[in-house]
Amino acid sequence: MGKKQDNIIDEVTSGEYKYGFHSDIDTDKIAKGLNEDIVRIISAKKNEPDWLLEFRLKSYRHWLTMKMPTWPNLKVPEIHYQDIIFYAAPRQKVAPESINDIDPELKRTFDKLGIPLEEQKRLSGVAVDAVMDSVSVKTTFKETLAEMGIIFCSFSDAVHEYPDLVKRYMGSVVPYTDNFFATLNSAVFSDGSFCYIPKGVRCPMELSTYFRINSANTGQFERTLLIADEESYVSYLEGCTAPMRDENQLHAAIVEIVAEKNAEVKYSTVQNWYPGDKEGKGGIFNFVTKRGMCKGDNSKISWTQIETGSAITWKYPSCILRGDNSTGEFYSVAVTNNHQQADTGTKMTHIGKNTKSTIVSKGISAGFGQNSYRGLVKVLKNAKNARNYSQCDSLLLGDKCGAHTFPYIEVDNSTAIVEHEATTSKIGEDQIFYCNQRGISTEDAIGLIVNGYAKEVINKLPMEFAVEAQKLLQISLEGSVG
Amino acid sequence: MLSIQNLKAVIEGKEILKGISLEVKEGEIHAIMGPNGSGKSTLAAVLAGRDFVEVTEGIVTYYGKNLLEMTAEDRSKEGIFLGFQYPIEIPGVSMVNFMKTAVNEHRKHKGLEPLSASDFLKLMREKKELVEIDSKLANRSVNEGFSGGEKKKNEIFQMAMLDPKLSILDETDSGLDIDALRIVANGVNKLKRPDNSIIVITHYQRLLDFIVPDVVHVMYDGRIVKTAGKELALELEEKGYDWIKKEVEKNELTWTSSLK
Repeated sequence: MGKKQDNIIDEVTSGEYKYGFHSDIDTDKIAKGLNEDIVRIISAKKNEPDWLLEFRLKSYRHWLTMKMPTWPNLKVPEIHYQDIIFYAAPRQKVAPESINDIDPELKRTFDKLGIPLEEQKRLSGVAVDAVMDSVSVKTTFKETLAEMGIIFCSFSDAVHEYPDLVKRYMGSVVPYTDNFFATLNSAVFSDGSFCYIPKGVRCPMELSTYFRINSANTGQFERTLLIADEESYVSYLEGCTAPMRDENQLHAAIVEIVAEKNAEVKYSTVQNWYPGDKEGKGGIFNFVTKRGMCKGDNSKISWTQIETGSAITWKYPSCILRGDNSTGEFYSVAVTNNHQQADTGTKMTHIGKNTKSTIVSKGISAGFGQNSYRGLVKVLKNAKNARNYSQCDSLLLGDKCGAHTFPYIEVDNSTAIVEHEATTSKIGEDQIFYCNQRGISTEDAIGLIVNGYAKEVINKLPMEFAVEAQKLLQISLEGSVG
Repeated sequence: MLSIQNLKAVIEGKEILKGISLEVKEGEIHAIMGPNGSGKSTLAAVLAGRDFVEVTEGIVTYYGKNLLEMTAEDRSKEGIFLGFQYPIEIPGVSMVNFMKTAVNEHRKHKGLEPLSASDFLKLMREKKELVEIDSKLANRSVNEGFSGGEKKKNEIFQMAMLDPKLSILDETDSGLDIDALRIVANGVNKLKRPDNSIIVITHYQRLLDFIVPDVVHVMYDGRIVKTAGKELALELEEKGYDWIKKEVEKNELTWTSSLK
């Protein structure tokens, strides 16, 4: 006994990033760097039609005129685009017909990650699209879903099999000119998931995509497009992991969601990209553009995110509330520990009449983490009776981390009601000791307190993932209270 | 059960406990009284396993085991309960969730299965009635928005839930009106058994009218300077702590409680 006051909680390093392994898989990689030829090669490798190649080239040329934005509250080291490999795909001979055709090493990887590629595992009842290094490896339950008219496949497959759908909706929510990283993505995107729910169909199972970055020195640029036609419903979950490496890796993805009249989309993300080591070396740069368009009247889009990984997280899942009576929701828990940084939040744009938006953001900072919430609530001139409720909370663990809030409210219609609340709190040693004295270990105490804090957001996740998320939160904060 | 021998402890370089020796047997109620700054709460902190107190000398055994080597949570699981002087709030964590976690940790330690949700709620209801704690209090976040008296009652409620062998009640009576005091004392008395013990830390004799001690110790300047039966509390009430101070200064010796 006799530890000093500052060292009450040991620096327990048992919370190792358990997804840090990498798999030895035969990978097809192109030369590093980016130029028009590389863009053409990527398009050729995927046998894309001309219209898509044109889209890429248009985007690439536009990207050359852009500069990386400097306004976020982030210290981003210079990214050397010419050192990045923009395409890496597990080399598979032919598209696998059955689970047995898949490269066994690939299968092992997904097993290790606990991701069910086997359709026999009907207990999980989740249809999975597994994406390894930018290429969709396998999508489960495709046939079952197809019977209902639901399309759930890789983006690349959708380009070939449903070009009209893709052409109609791609870029309609995130135009190729939107921002630096979206433009880059539009030039070099490799794969992702495509989902279409037909009119009146309620998707009977959770749809899920697991993204795994495996190869070193590559960037991951997925593109996901999710369309919910009139009166439909879908709940979608995205999970992400990556191996531990010393270099940073760039992840610049785009997710576009369109909800037509009376449709509802729930999009949940549990992000656990490698966050870098305790000194802040390595880790994923997670620069993502996610946007949902509530196109039709009475439509609804909910974003739920649990962000525990990445060295730097920079994303604002947003909703454009175009349809009358449409609803947008954003529920977020973002953790920054050690040297992680996050500048994340949402943009709710109220355009139609009687639109509603709800924002609940729970930031957790520990170690030297810097966590910023940036949110915009914008009510346009003709958006009558818009309603917004925003709650933005920060929890600080220790005294070396930071929590920052940048709320923006722009209201151009006098009938709008916009509410904003914010709190800041700390987990004190006294609270931990109180738990200890009742027989609860420090780790469990932090878990209890953090999960109590994040409860409101975790409850929005599909049940199967809520439990995982709770465990993930606890693990991501191990050794952080002092 | 508990044996403290020549315990010395330091906080941020300042010596607070200057050689405490104390024996508590099963079934006994000990009262520790003393003026502010005498080290009473520090003694409680050392026994509970608070890290910011550094033990520099002495031995503390609990049922023959070296208590000072046990983590705070292990001490709790072995049956030591501290009723905090200032119970802390833990927003977002419901009392139910908190107690269920604590109770099941204790059960795991004893090799028992965790309680099912319905059994646990039954236990809660039982203990709530026992210590007369308001139903609503148990449904809120731990101590959040509780008045001083409610917090103290909540400590006794948790004591009832965890059924400890050795309870250390640190100024449980401070901030309580006479009715609340009676309720708290009743709760404590109902939990008393021949195989458990209580150390009551208090300034005032008043609580000891309700929780009648077998032994009363008076602490002053980091030492136990007088030990006697419950009449000592009454004498203290009458003569005040100055009387003790003068006695100590007169003798320039420390009086310690009897040891084997």
